[in-house]
Amino acid sequence: MKTWMKFLAGGILLYVHIAGLISDVPRLNILNETVRNIFFHVPMWFGMVLLFAFSLYYAIRYLRNPALENDIKSVEFANVGVAFGVLGMLTGMLWANYTWGSPWHGDPKQNGSAIALLVYMAYFVLRGSIDNREQKARLSAVYNIFAFAAMVPLIFIIPRLQDSLHPGSGGNPGFNVYDLDNRLRLIFYPAVVGWFAVGVWIATLRIRYRALAEKNLEIDETIR
Amino acid sequence: MKPFVKYSLLCIMSASMQTALAQNAEMADEFRAEGKIYVVVAVVLIVLLGLFAYLFMLDRKITRLERTLRERNQTKAQQKSF
Repeated sequence: MKTWMKFLAGGILLYVHIAGLISDVPRLNILNETVRNIFFHVPMWFGMVLLFAFSLYYAIRYLRNPALENDIKSVEFANVGVAFGVLGMLTGMLWANYTWGSPWHGDPKQNGSAIALLVYMAYFVLRGSIDNREQKARLSAVYNIFAFAAMVPLIFIIPRLQDSLHPGSGGNPGFNVYDLDNRLRLIFYPAVVGWFAVGVWIATLRIRYRALAEKNLEIDETIR
Repeated sequence: MKPFVKYSLLCIMSASMQTALAQNAEMADEFRAEGKIYVVVAVVLIVLLGLFAYLFMLDRKITRLERTLRERNQTKAQQKSF
């Protein structure tokens, strides 16, 4: 990741947090000022999905070309994705507590995203249970494809087929005139870009750290 | 009336109704008028800037480690060739 991208992500997020708190937002009943959470809660989920997509990409690359670095990239993108998902879950529960009445509402999207997160956590359990490095990488790459394929209907399709308190349920597109007006869009999309860039940054730091650790182990073996 | 015109009229009407209905929702107007929102903005910015500074420092640390490892590998290769 280039340095200017890191600064750009920082600048975007500074803008998002200033404008997100100061700018005018639609005056909606029940939501009131909490509508601003769109700028802070939803980008976590968007970031998670994008990071999981990167993880999937490197999982497929690993299966086509079993190089260790593809496996490391796949794991670390999934790792940061799960962190984003947990943050999205916690912020969502807090928001739901004050607008829907309780932290866990059994809302289809809430349940779906919880299951999707569990599916991805099982990915790390699977990795931890295999000792052989190549076998671990290959099996978890296959599982990664399954996990992504399970996440998409759980988060994007099933909640739309049922009554959900989240916007975009009952067959409606999520971003129509009522749910997200242009004022919100102007801050929401930069928030997604900014947080996703930060997620990629953290993932690259983890990837570099892992690469260093693995290289270091190789050196130790040559000395022995 | 053409269906498109009908639909767009309906959209405009319902959108304007929505805003009219929503106008009376209670917001933190007084809190904003007092200017205290800027205190919140400042706090959030400190957290955000701190987080970014931390990430940049971590980034530098890893870069330095990568360089050291590369140099060590080079010297090792040179020693082998002697």
